[in-house]
Amino acid sequence: MPDLIPRIETRRLNFYYGATKALKDISLVCYANRVTAIIGPSGCGKSTFIRTLNRMSDVVPATRVEGEVLLDGQSIHGPKVDVVELRKRVGMVFQKPNPFPKSIFDNIAYGLRINGIRNRDRISEIAERSLREAALWDEVKDRLDENAFSLSGGQQQRLCIARALAVEPEVILFDEPCSAIDPIATAKIEDLIQHLKEKYTVIIVTHNMQQAARVSDFTAFLMLGELIEFGVTDKIFTAPANKLTEDYVTGRFG
Amino acid sequence: MSKQGLRNLKESAVRTFFLMNGVLTIIILVGIFALLLYSAVPAFREVKIGEFLTSTSWDPTSPVKAEYGILSMIVSTVMVTLVAVLIAFPIGLGVAAYLSDVAHWRVREIVKPIVEILAGIPSVVIGFLGIVLFGPFLAGLFGRTNGLNALNGAVLLAIMALPTIISISEDSLNAVPAAYAEASLALGGSRWQTLVRVKIPAALSGIIAAFMLGMGRAIGETMTVLMATGNARSFPHGLLDSVRTMTSNIAIELGEVPYYTTHYYALFAIGLVLFIMTFGVNLVADLVLSKYQEREQ
Repeated sequence: MPDLIPRIETRRLNFYYGATKALKDISLVCYANRVTAIIGPSGCGKSTFIRTLNRMSDVVPATRVEGEVLLDGQSIHGPKVDVVELRKRVGMVFQKPNPFPKSIFDNIAYGLRINGIRNRDRISEIAERSLREAALWDEVKDRLDENAFSLSGGQQQRLCIARALAVEPEVILFDEPCSAIDPIATAKIEDLIQHLKEKYTVIIVTHNMQQAARVSDFTAFLMLGELIEFGVTDKIFTAPANKLTEDYVTGRFG
Repeated sequence: MSKQGLRNLKESAVRTFFLMNGVLTIIILVGIFALLLYSAVPAFREVKIGEFLTSTSWDPTSPVKAEYGILSMIVSTVMVTLVAVLIAFPIGLGVAAYLSDVAHWRVREIVKPIVEILAGIPSVVIGFLGIVLFGPFLAGLFGRTNGLNALNGAVLLAIMALPTIISISEDSLNAVPAAYAEASLALGGSRWQTLVRVKIPAALSGIIAAFMLGMGRAIGETMTVLMATGNARSFPHGLLDSVRTMTSNIAIELGEVPYYTTHYYALFAIGLVLFIMTFGVNLVADLVLSKYQEREQ
């Protein structure tokens, strides 16, 4: 594996929904070509945290961010940062598969077209490449013109992954990507995540500890908006430094 | 009576009540159509249908030869309606998009009810504004002696159609699942791209419905156009000509026409043509809609 290079770093990150503080002083580093898992009980701020990394949190009205999020050492909240450009570099896959009500092909093509790629051959080429990367190509290659809703839930989620890959991000954020799909589809996506880290930096929020243990290199444990422990996944699950972490990963609460 | 029996009785009473409501609606509609047809058909004993629809000369009270051609009115109605919709639709969609995607939620909470109240302004008030305010303005703008013309009517109808178009389009834009917009934004789509390429296509059925309802409102509106368009019977050659729409003509003449004359029946025949036109608009809307929904599934 390549050396540890910090890709995304948060420094004393605070996040507020109105007057409620949802994230408290979170500082952690996500390394390039590694999978970082964010675990913690429901409502601990996992999803809020991951959404601050591509500023999807901006979309929610009456929220506020304090502290810094650095992408390759540059603050993503700086005045010169184009949030549209940022989101191209930091892709996202959501909890529930959310393909557009368009054909499979057009779902992939969307991200390319909004970036000004018009050439049909070029789009087809990228579509095939990203569908292969998302391990979906063989299942859909003969039905690219069919509506994306004709796919199963797991296939839809892999389509969403392919759609995110098509715009060639550096980082991919997964917000509980398997919470709405069955175990077999989950296994496929976990497999996929293992491959994706060869090219991308992956950050995954999951409520499933086994999943975190299986797919990630680093794990952050959040509780009530605070970062309780962050470290190498093996260590978090076998020899956690914090009592709370130990109680959580051994299933004593959560 | 047993509890069970009472419940069944209640159940069937409720069901009958709603069934009767449905039946009543249908009876009323069929009744209106039958009356319209019954009163319109006798006109064609004296007037040829072809001439009725293609002649531009309407002069039922002529002492020499009564003429029953409604083409000028059809053209006037179509002209005023189309221009009204052309004005109202882009503005309406723009306001709807602003309210659903751009405006601060507080602004939306205030503006949307106001827009909906606008729908309740009586048409006679709008017509009044057309006569005292917008007509003179148009007259000044184009150097005419008066501003009672097709454009005036079209603008007023556009204002009247706006609340419907805004309200329904905004509802349907809001009903687009947030997940679609999120997906687009997360791919690096700008808000504009998200709106135009994702949200509007996803809300299209509602937007088409809004468009058609607005058009329906415009095509059938009487009082405003009656007051604002000058009501000249001649064939219109432009937006600045005074026009008499089908609805205006019926409203103007029905009060004075001797009953059960050809003139009387001819006015109903105009109503029938208008009915067929609106029916056609709605039918096309439905077809477009179902075709679109088919593609969605």
